[in-house]
Amino acid sequence: MNPGKILLVEDNPDDVALTIRALKSHNITNDVIVAQDGVQAIDYLFGTKQQRAPTDLPAVVLLDLKLPKINGMEVLQRIRSEERTRLLPVVILTSSDEERDVIDGYKLGANSYVRKPVDFVEFTKAAQQLGLYWLLMNRAAPVPRGP
Amino acid sequence: MAIRDWPIKRKLTAILLLISGLVLVLTSAAFVTYQVVTFRQTMRNNLATRAQILAANSTAALAFANEADAREILAALKADPHMVAAALYGQDGHVVATYPARPPADLLPPTPQPDGYRFEHGYLVGFAPVAQGANQRLGTLYIASDTKAVADALRLSGIIAIVVLAIAMLAAYAMAAALQGRISEPILALAQTATAASTRQDYSVRAPKFGADELGTLTDAFNQMLGRIEEQKKELQQHAMKLEQRVAERTAELERRAVELQAANSELDAFAYSVSHDLRAPLRSIDGFSQVLLEDYGAQLDEAGRDSLQRVRAATQRMATLIDDLLKLARVSRAEMRTERVDLSGMARDVVADIQRTTPDRQVEFAIAPGLEAEGDARLLRVVLDNLLRNGWKYTGKQPQPRVEFTAVDENGDRVFVIKDNGAGFDMKYANKLFGVFQRLHSTAEFEGTGVGLATVRRIINRHGGRIWAEGVVDQGATFYFTL
Repeated sequence: MNPGKILLVEDNPDDVALTIRALKSHNITNDVIVAQDGVQAIDYLFGTKQQRAPTDLPAVVLLDLKLPKINGMEVLQRIRSEERTRLLPVVILTSSDEERDVIDGYKLGANSYVRKPVDFVEFTKAAQQLGLYWLLMNRAAPVPRGP
Repeated sequence: MAIRDWPIKRKLTAILLLISGLVLVLTSAAFVTYQVVTFRQTMRNNLATRAQILAANSTAALAFANEADAREILAALKADPHMVAAALYGQDGHVVATYPARPPADLLPPTPQPDGYRFEHGYLVGFAPVAQGANQRLGTLYIASDTKAVADALRLSGIIAIVVLAIAMLAAYAMAAALQGRISEPILALAQTATAASTRQDYSVRAPKFGADELGTLTDAFNQMLGRIEEQKKELQQHAMKLEQRVAERTAELERRAVELQAANSELDAFAYSVSHDLRAPLRSIDGFSQVLLEDYGAQLDEAGRDSLQRVRAATQRMATLIDDLLKLARVSRAEMRTERVDLSGMARDVVADIQRTTPDRQVEFAIAPGLEAEGDARLLRVVLDNLLRNGWKYTGKQPQPRVEFTAVDENGDRVFVIKDNGAGFDMKYANKLFGVFQRLHSTAEFEGTGVGLATVRRIINRHGGRIWAEGVVDQGATFYFTL
C-alpha cells in the first residue's frame, strides 16, 4: 500500500467525522491529518517556529473552501506559490458548485473539484473513489529536495 | 451679371435713366426734325423770293436777248456763297446766260424743267418764269443753292440736342440716385434684417420702417413674424431646458436605482453563495448521521425506527434539491446574457437524448420539429427546454402512449414556440399559479417536483423579453407557449 497521507482541510467537525468514516469504511487506512482552518493547514505544510514541516508531503490535500481565518482559495494560492508544494495534488472538496468557485479553483491550480453530495451514500462513494484514485492510482510528482 | 441679378438700386436707377433717356431722345428728335423742316421751308421761300426778284430784273435782258446784261444780273448772286449755279433760258429753252461763267455740268440742266422749287441731289433748285406782264413768257430762270446751311442748322440743333440730352441725363441720374433710395432703402433694410435673422439665427433684430406705404406694411408684417419666431424659439428653449432637466432628474433617479439594484444584486449574490455553502452542510450532517445510525445501530432499531430514519433522509435530500433549484433560479436571474443564434431543435434533441439515456426504462415519444431557431442566450434557453421537455416527460408518466411535441407557429408576426404533451394536464382555474415559485398543481406523491422549474423558465423568458403561457385540460395534456 502507498504509505501516503491525506491532509483534510475541513472546519466542520461533522464533515470531518463523516469523511473519515467514509474513507475508513472502504479500507483506505492511510493517515488522515485534519486541519480545522487555513492557518492550521499552512502551519502543517510549511511549519512554524515551534514545529518543523514534515519531511513527507501528503499524497493529496482535500481542501474545503469556506474556512475560518484563511479560506481555501488562499491556502491553495499559498501551496502553489511555494516551490516545495507547487506540484502537490489538491482536490477541492466543498459544498458549493458555484461556477465562480469552480473557475477560480482551477485557475489557482486545483487538480480536481468535487462537490460533497448531501446523500451520505453518495458522499461515501465519492470519498472512496477519491481515496482510491489519489492514493493508489495517481503517480505524484517527486518532492523537490529542501535545502 | 444678368439684369435680374442686379441690385435693386441699380435696377431702379437704370429704369429711371432708361425712361428719361427715351423721353429726352424722342423730344430732341422732334425738336431737330422741326428745326430742319422749318429751316428748309424758310430756305425755299428765300430762294423763291430771290428767284422772283432776279426773274423780274431779267425781263429786259431776255426781251432784248442781251446776254451781257443777263450775265451781269446773274453775277449779283456772288454775294451769297451758297448760290452755286444759275441760268437764264430763252423762250425756246436755250441757255442765254449762266452763273458762274462755266458751272459744273451736273448743276446745269440743258433745258428748263417745270416751274417750282425742290431739293435734288443735295441741292435746292428752282425754276421761275421770266415774263413780261401777266402772260407773255420770255424764258425761265434757273437757280441752285447748296444745302450747307441746312446741314449747319442740323448740326447746330443736333449739338444743342446732345448737350441738352447729356445735361438732362446727368440731372436724371442725380435725381434717380437720390430718389431710388425711397424705394430701395426699405427693401435693402428688410433684406439685411432677413439675412441677419437667417444666418445668425438672431430673431431679436427688427427691420427699420421708413413709411406707411406697402413697404411699410411689409416691414411690419416681417417684424411681427420675427417677433413670433423669437417667442416660439424662447418657448422651445424653455421646453428643451425643462426636458433636459427632466432627463437629468430621471437619469439621476435611474442611476440611483441602478446602484440600489446593484447593491440588491450583490446582496443576492452573497446570499446565494452563502446558501450554496452553508445551508447544505447541516443537511449533509443530518443525512450522514442518519445513515450512520442505520448502518451502526440498524439492528437495534425496529422497523418503525428505521422507517423514521429513512424519512429523515428523504426529507433531507428533498431539502437539498429545493436548495439547488432555488440556486438555479437565482442564477438565471443573475447570469449575464450572451445573445446569439440558437438552434432550438438541435438543443431539444440533446435534452431528449439526455432524458432517454438517464431513464431508459420509460418509452416516451418525442416529436421535435426541425429548423427551430431563436436569438437568445444558449445556456439559459437550454434550461428552458430542459425544464419544459422534462415536465412533458414527467407528467406523461401515467399515460399509456406518452407523447411530447416541440413545434412553432407564427402568430401576428411573432414566432410562438409550443411544447405540448398528452399527460396529466391541469385545471385552467389554476393556470395563473403555474409559474409561481413553489407553486405546484400536483402532490409530490403524484409527481415529483419542487415547484421551481416553471418559475425559472418564466424568469428566463422574461429576461429575453418574451412571454410564456399555458393551456391545459385535466388528464388530456398541457401545452406551453413561449415567445422570445
